[in-house]
Amino acid sequence: MAGPGLGSGQDLWIISIALFCIASLLGALNFITTVLNMRAKGMSLMKMPLTVWTWFTTAILALLSFPVLLAAGILLLLDRLGGTSFFIPAGLVVSDTVIESSGGSPILWQHLFWFFGHPEVYIAILPGMGVASQLLSTFARKPIFGYHAMVVAVFAIGMLGFFVWGHHMFVSGLSPFSALVFSILTLAIGVPSAIKTFNWLGTLWGGKIRFTTAMLFAIGFVSLFVSGGITGLFLGQTSVDVQLHDTYFPVAHFHMIMGVAAIFGIFGATYYWFPKMFGRMLHEGLGKLHFWLTFIGVNAIFIPMHLMGIMGQLRRYAESTEFKFMEPLQPYQEFVTIAAFVTAAAQLLFLVNFCWGMFKGKKATENPWEATTLEWITASPPPHDNFGGRELVVNHAAYEYGVPGAPRDYVMQTDPPLESAK
Amino acid sequence: MPVAIAPPEVKPETEREDRLPEPGGPGGGSGSDGGSGRWGDGGGRRLRPDSYQLGMWLALASISMMFIGFSSAYILGQGTNSQWRAMAAPPFVWINTVILLASSLSLELARRAPAATELKRWMTLTCLLGAAFLVGQLWIWRLLGDQGIYLSGNPHSSFFYLLTGVHGVHLLGGVAGLATLTARAWSSAPGVPARASLNVTALYWHFMDGLWIYLLVLLFFWR
Repeated sequence: MAGPGLGSGQDLWIISIALFCIASLLGALNFITTVLNMRAKGMSLMKMPLTVWTWFTTAILALLSFPVLLAAGILLLLDRLGGTSFFIPAGLVVSDTVIESSGGSPILWQHLFWFFGHPEVYIAILPGMGVASQLLSTFARKPIFGYHAMVVAVFAIGMLGFFVWGHHMFVSGLSPFSALVFSILTLAIGVPSAIKTFNWLGTLWGGKIRFTTAMLFAIGFVSLFVSGGITGLFLGQTSVDVQLHDTYFPVAHFHMIMGVAAIFGIFGATYYWFPKMFGRMLHEGLGKLHFWLTFIGVNAIFIPMHLMGIMGQLRRYAESTEFKFMEPLQPYQEFVTIAAFVTAAAQLLFLVNFCWGMFKGKKATENPWEATTLEWITASPPPHDNFGGRELVVNHAAYEYGVPGAPRDYVMQTDPPLESAK
Repeated sequence: MPVAIAPPEVKPETEREDRLPEPGGPGGGSGSDGGSGRWGDGGGRRLRPDSYQLGMWLALASISMMFIGFSSAYILGQGTNSQWRAMAAPPFVWINTVILLASSLSLELARRAPAATELKRWMTLTCLLGAAFLVGQLWIWRLLGDQGIYLSGNPHSSFFYLLTGVHGVHLLGGVAGLATLTARAWSSAPGVPARASLNVTALYWHFMDGLWIYLLVLLFFWR
């Protein structure tokens, strides 16, 4: 069924995915146990930074979704090597030959894959949400708005994520009744997502905002989360999805939200924790240039792609000039291509900044951002064993900025209890 | 492949009674037993026994999800595939089931053994029964092969080989864990393997036992 060497390449690829599944779920197991059982003294669950909460939720998703992909991978490998036909339908013709089969179901593959695939997109975005919360609070010098609501929203998004995989399969012949249920559950995710967005804006409201590069990426994350997430509400409705399925519209949607927004989370986190990792600061000017080029660049790529999708540009076509109806969209294609190259080139700035910062950056202090969480009480970079043998005692919630009566505008988690609180 | 799930869980906790204070500062000596002490938890604290228990429950949840994935594929195939021909249960399966249940019983007797000598004997018996079950499974595969029932061919036989195979791989991991504990019980002077490791291995083993019963019901009684 493949050219020379391609078959075994596929087999090796499936095996590597299987190994990745096992590694991911072992990592997840470790995370959950650590969070539940090995916290510092005084660190109650509701004092944990939101970064930890999002990783915790992510780990639960990984623990329960990766084994299903592993199961699908084993079935696929047996189909390729063991002569079974779990996914190969009867009467399948490839290259003019009928493939031997005892009647499998390719739709089964879609179900198993998307049962993993949808939680997986939250695995990609949830840690970014945690990072954005941490950064917005730190640089707005305000406690995170609605901490409890944030925790509940993260959990709600994670758990709902297990029941919406069917929205990837609206045009696969799914029963309209199942589609309706999947559609309603999908749109329900809009509620916790909106809670998160309002709380991020509430955190910024009236804050003494410090526009560091990390903060810019966090605000950029919120922006992309909104502009990429809102189109999810279009695609979550069966009637609209039938029109937009397999066009550039969903491509733009998921790149905006689980591609670029997640990457903005990674960039924000890198600019923020770089001093802790290497003991040196990244160059802020270069970082800001990197942010603006990237932010404008990704919007220049993906906003036109939404429009192209609505106008009927199909995805997965190597060449679209053969089709009359796609011809007028050629200028868009060219614009998007140029924007993509420019955006990719802008990442060289980051690379240069990173390499330069590792060796030549300004020396970082213990707590350059005046942040409150545990990692900022130790040296940059941290010594062996992270805290150099100190037994930490946590007295404060994760984001106590601008507390009345406190000596500074921030109270670190390990600071002694405040006088006024007694 | 899923064998890998078992071994990290059965790593021993050093006996709580004779736990030594951390030599020369935190993190210095705790890396070898379960790799727990290295992660900045201050005073080089070791994993609490219930961390093993929690970790194992999480691993079992994960394993369950994999078998739920297989089960949904099975139920879909049985309901929609016109070429589905159910095979009869090979008689040897029932003997093997008794062997597996006996291994759970002997493991429980080991866990409750008042003296180290008894514990060692029951542990050894459990290992042997576990290994016997695995050999029995291979034997069943051979008998079926003689009858012309292979992995490929009918969808039901594909699922039989798949489910028994994946279950067998998990049991192999369990036998490896049990064997490690048994060997430790015979070699070390005090003779008692760490309670936490034994409990967590027993949890895994009993779960695999229950999973086997579930698979039998799915394969031969679910119509």
